[in-house]
Formats: sequence, structure tokens, C-alpha cells
Amino acid sequence: MSPVLPRPQARAGTPLIEARGLIVRRGGRALLHEVDLELHAGELLTLVGPNGAGKSTLLKTVIGLIAKDAGSLKYRPGLRVAYVPQQFGVDANLPLSVRRFLRLQVAPLRGDLAAVAAETRIERLLDRPMQALSGGESRRVLLARALLQEPDVLALDEPAAGLDTAGQTEMYELIQQVRERRGCGVLVISHDLHLVMAATDQVLCLNEGKIFCRGAPQSLLEHPEYQTLFGHQAGPATGVYTHHQHGPECKH
Amino acid sequence: MDEFFYRALAAGFGLALLAGPLGSFVVWRRMAYFGDTLAHSALLGVALGFLLHIDLNLGVVAVCLLLAVTVVVLRSTQRLADDTLLGILSHSALSLGLVALAFIQGLRVDLMGYLFGDILAVSDQDLLWIFGGGLLVLLLLALIWRPLLLMTVSEEMARAEGAPLLRTQLVFMALMAITIAIAMKIVGILLVTSLLIIPAATARSFARSPEQMAVAAAGVGMLAVTLGLGASFRWDLPSGPAVVVAAALLFALVAGIAPVLGRDRLSWRVLR
Repeated sequence: MSPVLPRPQARAGTPLIEARGLIVRRGGRALLHEVDLELHAGELLTLVGPNGAGKSTLLKTVIGLIAKDAGSLKYRPGLRVAYVPQQFGVDANLPLSVRRFLRLQVAPLRGDLAAVAAETRIERLLDRPMQALSGGESRRVLLARALLQEPDVLALDEPAAGLDTAGQTEMYELIQQVRERRGCGVLVISHDLHLVMAATDQVLCLNEGKIFCRGAPQSLLEHPEYQTLFGHQAGPATGVYTHHQHGPECKH
Repeated sequence: MDEFFYRALAAGFGLALLAGPLGSFVVWRRMAYFGDTLAHSALLGVALGFLLHIDLNLGVVAVCLLLAVTVVVLRSTQRLADDTLLGILSHSALSLGLVALAFIQGLRVDLMGYLFGDILAVSDQDLLWIFGGGLLVLLLLALIWRPLLLMTVSEEMARAEGAPLLRTQLVFMALMAITIAIAMKIVGILLVTSLLIIPAATARSFARSPEQMAVAAAGVGMLAVTLGLGASFRWDLPSGPAVVVAAALLFALVAGIAPVLGRDRLSWRVLR
């Protein structure tokens, strides 16, 4: 079972990342339109939205992987950000063990490999080839590699994509544990809303490059626009129960 | 005859030492066709060398580099599929080279030598090129090894972690260009990529780390050179193709016995 989450302490102090009025355009189209975002230490912020809403673009812009066209972006001085991409697979012809992959970093490793491996429960996998990992194992290895950078901010692009329900739950529990133990800020993308609900402090809903609602997960359930986009998804499975009007498309 | 043979062997070993590590990256980064395209442009470099009265090797390196940059630029601006783009450039460059050579008045070149290599015609100056250039390539490759390997695994992660992507990419292209200029002497333009790919693919069957694969590929390459040149002398075979055939046979042999020995690529966890 997932532990009861401590809600974030007073959000005072300097945020780790502060973005104001972010605009990103590509080929005349606005991918992000006037987006504000703040991430504090120990906070877990989830970006949700339908495909093509601009979630990945926002995440990458916020951590500086994509150049912004307008707006301001402030980082706490000396901030270390670790990024875990969504698309990942090692070519079958590259003989690479998990241990070697974890050590393959541009900057020297900060964290202790054995400790991080235990934290992410990948000790048994260290000597396996990367290609022999299952989806869930591969996700945990990616997380471990990011943690070896001892980041202040962990940016995860759909860390549970492609996993089954048990795997997703396990992944989000692991992310919560990491956040609690290390007190880093976590920025997660998800479209599996019902799983995120229990794990997150703040949700940012995006559609067509704009934020249309934000807040604690509970408070969003009543938000009308949120209902329009995600109402059908906010099912049980999470511990956040909500009543809804039964309609013809209901399967229960 | 003895002197020819040992000079040829030295040249072949020099190339194999380079082609192993570099060829491993060609395999990992799926750049076989890209390598072919660069190699096909080498003839144009030879023509350029004749025209400008500069060292032919320099001409080849210059044209290969120019083509490499062209590919990178066109990739980001054109909407063509990668293999289509490379197909266009590859064959245009080869034909352009043949046409350019034909245009140069009073020039008679050993075309077969350029296309399929003429390792027995290797001069002392060539050996200097091979080992001087080779040493430079290996040194530079060692310097960019880590960022290049990380880029190969995930370009996005490499960028996020601040690896010098552009610089690494450009250095790698330059190394490919130099290697192709060297390899042209030995196996010829049409067979250059085979020496990059076949030894690396052979080494894949038993290597357990990127470095092991690079070193083993160099070893396999040297063995192929020894066998190929030996056969070439013994039976009077064309030397470049003989080396490639030897490499292919080694690949088939290792690919055939690797599963039997249980050293199939995904099973090495069983052995630990």
C-alpha cells in the first residue's frame, strides 16, 4: 500500500524552478502559450493532459532542453536537474551491462551506486545486459541512473508508460519514496490520471499548450473543464473516489 | 615478394586497429549506409587531389568531411527519408567522381585500384599515413569515447547532461573521413564499409562491454587481414576482396558457433 503522504510543507522560500509566461513556437504554431510553473523542494508536481497537449514540451522547456521563445525561467543557483526520457532502448548490438550504463555519465557520479541500486531495487540486475530488462526494470534502472546525479529536481517523462497496472503503481510508489527520502522536487508527466492522483501534491492540466486548471488533485475533481477532459478517467483504483453521473458510455 | 607481403600486412593491421573501434560505433549507431555514402565520395576526393595538386589522401578526407556535413545539414532541412537521401548522395558522389576523373586531361589512373584496393602497391609514405593518421584517430576517439557512447545510447540524455553534442559529432565525422581515406588504399572505395562492419559484428557475439567489442573487432580485423592476404599471395587473388571474404567467413564461423557455446548476446547473464 502507498504510505500516507505528508503534504508539502509551507511553500515558502525560493522555488527550485520558477517559470513565468513561457511561450514556445514551432513552425508558426504555439506549442506552449503563457505557461506559469513553480516547483519547490520536496514537491511532486504532475503534468497531465491529452496527447499533443504540450506536456513533454513543457517539461523539456522548463529544464532547458528546448529553447523558449518568450517568458522567464529562473533556477535556484547551483540547481542540479536529472532528466529521464520517455523513449529509451539500447541497440541490440551494443553490449552494455546495467552497471556500465549507470556509470556512463558525463559528470562524475555523485551518488553511491550500491545504495542507489538498493533504493531502486535493481541490485539483482546490475550485471545483466540492458537489452534483457523488462519494461519495469528498465524504468527503475533509468531512475537509478538519474538518482546517481543526486539531483535537486527529477524530471520524469511518463515514467510508467507501457507498464501494467501493478508496475505503474510500483513505479509511482518508488517515486514517492525517493521524493520523501531525498526531498528533491519532482516533475512528472502522466496521462494515467487515476494513478497519479494519490501520489501527487499538485496537478497541472494542459491542453493545446495552455494550462486550464491547476491545484491539489482533490480540488481538481470538481473543476468543470477538468471533468470535460478527464471525467471519464477518474475511476477508482487509486483511493480517490468520486461519484459521477452514470451515462450510456459507462461500463459499470 | 616478402617485402611486399610484410608491407601489405603492416598496412592491413594498421587499418584493422582503426576499423575495430570506429566500426563498432558504425554498428551501434546504425551508420552502415552513411559510411558507404562517405566512401563512395572518396573518388571525388581523388579527382580533387589531382586537380589541385595536393596529397590525394587530403583530397579524400576533405571531400568526405564536406559530404558528411552536407548529410547532417540536409537531414535537418529536407523531409526525405534517411535512406533515400543517402542513396541520392552516395551514387551521385560516386558517379561524379568517375566523371571528374574522366575529365582530367592526360590522366590515367588505376581505377580498379581505387575501387577495390591495391594493398600490394602500398608505399612507405602510405604506411606513414596509415600509422600517423591511425594514431591520431585512435587518440581522438579515446577523447570523445564517453560522450559519443552516451549519445549512442540516448542523444536526449546526453544533451540533458550537457555532453558536447556538436563537437563530438563533428570529431566523429572527421575520424570516419580519415579512416575511409586510409581504408581506400587497402580494400578500395566499394569495400571500405565491410571492414568497418564485419569485424565489429563478429566481435558482438562474444563481447560483454563496448570496449571489449572494440578491441575484439580490431583483433578479428587483423586476423581477417592475415588470412585474406595469405590467400591472396598463395592463390593470386585480388587482395582487397580476399580480405573481405576472410572477414565474412570469420563472421559466419563465429555466428555459427556462438549459440552452440551459449554465448548468445542475451544469455551472458547466465554465465556470470
